[in-house]
Amino acid sequence: MLTQRIKQIIESARPQGWVLEPMAKEILADSGLTIPKGLLTGSFETARQFLEEVDGKVVIKAVSASIIHKTEHQAVVTGIDDPDTLSLQMKRLLSLKGCNQVLVEEMVSGIEILVGAKNDLQFGPVIVLGLGGTSVEIYNDTAIRLAPVTPADVFSMVDSLGAKPVFQGFRGRPGVNMEEMTRFLVAFSHLIMNLEPFFESIDLNPVICTPKSCIAVDARIMLLPV
Amino acid sequence: MAVIGVSTSQDSHPANVIYNKNHLRYPVQTFAVNPRGGRLNREPLYRSVADIEIGVDLAVIAVRSRFVPDVMAQCIEKKIKGAVIISGGFAESGNQDLQKQVAEMAAQADFPFVGPNCLGIYSPEAVDTFFLPGERIIHPRKGNVGFVSQSGGVLVDQMVKFAGEGIGVSAAVSIGNKACIRETHMIDWFEQDPGTRVIAFYIEGFECREGREFIKQAQACTKPVVVLKAGKTARGIAAASSHTASVAGDYRVFSEIMKQHCVAEADTEYELTAFCEALSCYPRGSFGNVGIVSLSGGHGVVAADACGNHGLNIPKIAEVTAETIRSRLSPEIQAIASLENPLDLTGSCVDADILTAVRHLSRDQNFDCILALLLPYSPGISADIGAKLSQVARNEGKPLIAYVPKEDKYKIIIEGFALNNIPVASSVEGAVLMAKALKRCRPC
Repeated sequence: MLTQRIKQIIESARPQGWVLEPMAKEILADSGLTIPKGLLTGSFETARQFLEEVDGKVVIKAVSASIIHKTEHQAVVTGIDDPDTLSLQMKRLLSLKGCNQVLVEEMVSGIEILVGAKNDLQFGPVIVLGLGGTSVEIYNDTAIRLAPVTPADVFSMVDSLGAKPVFQGFRGRPGVNMEEMTRFLVAFSHLIMNLEPFFESIDLNPVICTPKSCIAVDARIMLLPV
Repeated sequence: MAVIGVSTSQDSHPANVIYNKNHLRYPVQTFAVNPRGGRLNREPLYRSVADIEIGVDLAVIAVRSRFVPDVMAQCIEKKIKGAVIISGGFAESGNQDLQKQVAEMAAQADFPFVGPNCLGIYSPEAVDTFFLPGERIIHPRKGNVGFVSQSGGVLVDQMVKFAGEGIGVSAAVSIGNKACIRETHMIDWFEQDPGTRVIAFYIEGFECREGREFIKQAQACTKPVVVLKAGKTARGIAAASSHTASVAGDYRVFSEIMKQHCVAEADTEYELTAFCEALSCYPRGSFGNVGIVSLSGGHGVVAADACGNHGLNIPKIAEVTAETIRSRLSPEIQAIASLENPLDLTGSCVDADILTAVRHLSRDQNFDCILALLLPYSPGISADIGAKLSQVARNEGKPLIAYVPKEDKYKIIIEGFALNNIPVASSVEGAVLMAKALKRCRPC
């Protein structure tokens, strides 16, 4: 069941046809999925304080109804670890079209995967798994399953991917935590069943998998036309 | 059965073809209906179904589309149990409203019908509503494959292929525009039908959310379900707004979901034929670990390559299995037989060697399916090999698939397998496709 808050977010996003990243992440967090620590602000001072607290690198992202594909507008800056760069980049992002606030988040690193959903005309909500990044469209190495999925489905999805060795750990690099990823995908698949009347497609690209957890660092929910 | 729309002047009218063949060749009492009345070949033409003196089970409606609602009303009034609407001129040519009217009328009266715009039902030795002259089509024998098709043309063509491979059908149904009876009903029907062991579908597309319903039923069904999908090329996804929408085109979604739910999707019509044959013998499926027994090194390699192409594994033979087999082979081949997978027993082997190899491969945990490539040209192979090998396979309980060249002189070998319900392919590739069928519907 969707909470009142989720319904409210979806209703307010209707006019632009998609849910902005901070709100989309709120929906994920509300459904038990992990998102990075972060805050939404227009103030440099607040952002600077956050950088200090994090004691590591941060990412800042422009939040604007006019920017769907952030990479195309260079609207994401990663690896910021000093206030000067933060100030400079924040100013630049705030000057982008429709951008009044930026999302400041702690930076996480690990294996980047794509978790997606499509509201298929014939089958209803389906879930998609592949390696993350923009190259997913080129290689099309993805697994698709009818939602909701079971843990066994998640294992068979990984098993069917060409990138399976990356998930399992490859040449000394750690793989993804299968238990955590399974929990993530199962929870996400139940979320999309609940969102069935509203969404057209969802990209969580990437979800970053560390040996300990899976964190949705980007989220976009495209809504069905009313 | 009442055939409505029989012509007094046009012998090749679909209704006449249907009336004639059922009236003359099937064990079904058939009545011809035409509002003008009169006689046709010394039989009465009824003006309306209401005039038929006894109860009617099935109405075949082959009148112009605009008359269908009236005819259907008469059928409902007569308490006929259901209909096949052959007539075209509905949704397929833009008359959605007329189709909707007919569908609503039927739903209200609880009156099931097949079609419109279809060939209807072929049930061997019982009834045949295909408007194709009997002498022109090739009928598969009565068997255990239930086949449902959105396209009548594909259905008839597939029946030719089934007949060619000796596969029998329990019933073949062309559902056309599927305004009432749909794939989802047919799964239920064939599930209940004791004569059906495999349910096969030719599917062009589902309506909104119908695919989910289909999958739900296929999953609950105790019999293997095979599908052949048409319309696989990607359309309209180039401009998709997200990565996910771009990688998850309509066909990929279909195909992946079929795999997820153990519905065996055939890639081509040849696969459909092979899948139906294999799954009618082995409904349980396998994980695709194939052991190959051959009398010729070349055939073994060809089969191994084909297995690789179709995603099947060729695991190694356990050492103990190989030793057991070698110790029991005839002295002539003991030193020359190659006991790697594929096994090459050489052209000097005799029946007993093949039985030994298949028996012990079947007992090896590394395999869940055995292919026996039998070349009856070898002098040591007897005409009884089919029956003998079937016996071994039945005793061991592991799926065995045979390849025997399809020639009249080898018919006794083929029958030895077929009578014991062991599938026989007429090519090496065909045998591999049968093994693929088992993998496609494996329990997962």
